[in-house]
Amino acid sequence: MSLDKATVQKIAYLARIEVKDEELEPLAKELSGILHWVEQLSEVNTEGVAPMTSVAGDLALPMREDKVSDGGYPEKVLQNGPETTNGFFLVPKVVE
Amino acid sequence: MSDVTRLTMTEALALLNKGEVTSVDLTKAHLAGMESARNLNAYITETPEKALAMAGESDKRRKAGQTGLLEGIPLAIKDLFCTEGVQTTAGSHILEGFKPAYESSVTTNLWNQGAVMLGKANLDEFAMGSSNMTSYYGAVKNPWKRQGDDRDLVPGGSSGGSAAAVAACLAMGATGTDTGGSIRQPAAFCGIVGIKPTYGRCSRFGIVAFASSLDQAGPMTRTVADAALMLKAMAGHDPKDSTSAPQSVPDFTKSVGASIKGLKVGVPKEYKPDGLSAEIIGAWDKGLAWLKEAGAEIVEVSLPHTKYALATYYIVAPAEASSNLARYDGVRFGLRVPGNSLDEMYMKTRAEGFGREVKRRILIGTYVLSAGYYDAYYAKAQKLRTLIASDFRQAFERADVLLTPTAPTPAFGLGENLDDPITMYLNDVFTIPTSLAGLPGLSLPVGLSSDGLPLGLQLIGRPFDEETVFKAAHVMETAAQFKRWEAR
Repeated sequence: MSLDKATVQKIAYLARIEVKDEELEPLAKELSGILHWVEQLSEVNTEGVAPMTSVAGDLALPMREDKVSDGGYPEKVLQNGPETTNGFFLVPKVVE
Repeated sequence: MSDVTRLTMTEALALLNKGEVTSVDLTKAHLAGMESARNLNAYITETPEKALAMAGESDKRRKAGQTGLLEGIPLAIKDLFCTEGVQTTAGSHILEGFKPAYESSVTTNLWNQGAVMLGKANLDEFAMGSSNMTSYYGAVKNPWKRQGDDRDLVPGGSSGGSAAAVAACLAMGATGTDTGGSIRQPAAFCGIVGIKPTYGRCSRFGIVAFASSLDQAGPMTRTVADAALMLKAMAGHDPKDSTSAPQSVPDFTKSVGASIKGLKVGVPKEYKPDGLSAEIIGAWDKGLAWLKEAGAEIVEVSLPHTKYALATYYIVAPAEASSNLARYDGVRFGLRVPGNSLDEMYMKTRAEGFGREVKRRILIGTYVLSAGYYDAYYAKAQKLRTLIASDFRQAFERADVLLTPTAPTPAFGLGENLDDPITMYLNDVFTIPTSLAGLPGLSLPVGLSSDGLPLGLQLIGRPFDEETVFKAAHVMETAAQFKRWEAR
C-alpha cells in the first residue's frame, strides 16, 4: 500500500501531530517504504493461527479487591502540569 | 588502591566487606571519571549530590551490619526509569524537565538492595533506535574506536548511554531496557554483558512505556557474575504491573560457575543469512567450540519464521507505541506549545516535542491500527508472532539454550545508517525474534574484530530459565578472557 499526501495528512491528524505541507511528500514516501517492506508478511499463510495477544502465556490477569489503593495527593498529580489552576489542569477552551 | 572504577561489582563488594574501601570512595571515583569523560555524553543528568548522600547512607548501613545485595555499588540508570524528584526525559524534548512524583519499581528494588545512583543515562528517544543517535540530548560516543582510526563510533541503542558508561567505567553497572534488542545490541557494541530477562521477570511499573508487550528491564555489567547479581536485585513480582510474573526469583549467582556437562546448545540454521560477516561467523564457531569443550552437545535447530520477525516487530511495536505515546498531550506533564484550540495545542506540542523517528513510528502505528487496515497489518502481525513463538517452543524441545550472534556487525560510525530506516532496523535482526517470543536473551563479548572492535554472542533461554543462560554465559566468558576495560 502506497500512501498519498491526503492519507498521511489524515493519519497525522489521528495521531495529533502537526505536519507541514512540504513535509507530507517525503513522509508519504518514507512511510510507504516501510509499509511495502512489512507487507512481506502477506506471503505467510496464517489461516487457523490464533493471534498472540499475551506474552505471559496462560497467566490469568490478576484480580484485586475493588477499592481505592492510592491517591489523595492532588498537588503531586499536578506538579508537572504545564498549566494548572485551583487543583485542575488547564487546557484551551473546548466548549463555547 | 589503584583505580577502583575498574573493579567488577563482585570485587568491589568483597573490598567493601573487608572495609578496604567505602561506598563514598567508590562513588567519588566514579563521579570524577564521569566529569572527565563528559565528551562521551553517556549521561543526560548527573546526580552527584544524591549519589554521595546515598553512598554515605550505605556506608552507615554497612557499619550497622545491614547489607543489601548491591550495598554501596554505584550504578547508572537509563533515563527511561522514573526516579522520584530527578528529571526523567526518555531522551525526548517532550519530557524535558519532567520530575516524576514516584519511583519505578526496578529502581526501588535496587535502592532497597543498597545501590547508589550516579545519574541518568542517555538513550535513543523513547528507546526507539539502535545507535543512540535519536536522543534529543545528543548522540553518545562508543568508548571503543577502530584500531588506527580516530572516527567516533555509535554505542548501539537504545541503551547506548548505559552501555558506554559501563564500558568506560563510569558506572559499575547500569539498568537498560530492551524492546527489540536495546540491551543486547549496545552490550555487544561496547564489549559488555547485558541480559534481557524473560518478559514478566522485572516490573515495568515506572518505566516510560514504548511497546508494552515487549518492554523488559535488565542489567548491563562488565561480567556475567555481576549481571546475575544485579538481575537478582532488580527482578521480582510487582502488584503494580499486571504482567509481572508471580514467580519467585532464583539465586542467579548460583548458576555462575555451574557445570554445563550434557547441556544441549541449539544453533538456529536461519541465523546465517547470506552476507553475514565471516568474523561474526568465526566468533560464533569459537563460542560453540568453548561450550563443546565444557561438555555441551551442539544441535542444529530450525526457526523457520525468523525472516518475518523484523517486519512483524515493525508492526507490533509502532502500534503499541502509537497508543502509549498518546499520553504526551501537553496537559499533564512535559512540553506544551500553545494553540488556539485544544486540538491545535495537541498537534503543535507533539510536532515540536517528538523527534523524527518517534513521529515516524507513531504514524506507522496509527495507520496499521486504523479502521480498515487493522486486520491486514496488526492482526496479521499478531498471528506471525504466534508462529515465531511456536518456532522457539519446538527448538527448545531439542535444545536447552540457543547460541547466535547478537548483531550482524560490530559498532558502526556515528551518522552512518541514517539514510534508510530499514537499514537501521536490520541491526536487531538477531535480537527481535527473542523479544517477540518473550524469552530471555543475554549478550556477552567473546572477542575482537580484525579492526579491534568487540564482537558479541547471544544466548537465548526458555521462559524463566535465565539460570541456564547464565551457566553457559559464564563458561564462554571464562574461555574468552575478554577483560579489556581493565586496561582502558
